[in-house]
Amino acid sequence: MTRNRISLEIEIPPQTRYLGLIGHIGEQLAREMGEYAGDSDVLAYTLNLVLTEALANAIKHAGCENPVLRVYISIEENDLCIQVYDQGKGFDISELPCPDPEELCERGRGIFIIRNLMDSVDYRKTESGNVLEMKKKLKTA
Amino acid sequence: MNITTETKDDATLLRFQEERLDAHNSQELKDYLVQLLENGAKALILDLSEVRFVDSSGLGALLSGYKNAGLRDSRFALAGLQTRVQSMFELTRLHKVFETHPSVEDALASLARGTPHDSKSD
Repeated sequence: MTRNRISLEIEIPPQTRYLGLIGHIGEQLAREMGEYAGDSDVLAYTLNLVLTEALANAIKHAGCENPVLRVYISIEENDLCIQVYDQGKGFDISELPCPDPEELCERGRGIFIIRNLMDSVDYRKTESGNVLEMKKKLKTA
Repeated sequence: MNITTETKDDATLLRFQEERLDAHNSQELKDYLVQLLENGAKALILDLSEVRFVDSSGLGALLSGYKNAGLRDSRFALAGLQTRVQSMFELTRLHKVFETHPSVEDALASLARGTPHDSKSD
């Protein structure tokens, strides 16, 4: 039996004008996954949102050494993995506070949203830069 | 940012005519809302019925509008939230903060009744 695998590698300039494009790619990818047993509209919105949040976060931390952000999206069987690389100074994801809904802060919800929608979220330094890695196990029919 | 503004029944009605409210256009909306409030707007109704996607930056811009309106004793209401957009408010627990209405007409009717916070979700 052939293993189903989709892999995308995308490079974009670190500019917010491309958020819509990357979100749209995520939505279209979700709609192509016919074997997914869940609500494809929900998955499409989820991919749009986590890609948008991750890219916006990478743009904020992009640094100026490498004016390109790299995004990898892979789906193998029912394992979804998204990696977003930036070349900035990075941050400690474990120290990000959970936003307090009472405080009404205008910032600081991006990673919180990703954590709520994905099974695992990790941010670490690699030889290729910092990477935000997000994984989710997709339901299959 | 594509937005239209009109005055209706003592309210400033804003129609945000974009599919997305995200980090690309949220700062512009935030600045615009502050400008209207600084110019004396007493009630802002923001029609989001054309918006099918909001990210955390977009929520931040709306929160800024909400807080700035509160500082000036102005009213700030959202109208016409699509289902997925509404789910973002629930995910971040902000549905308990904003005054929301199914439509602009409902928001205007609420304004006419003078009941500013009767439609917050539980």
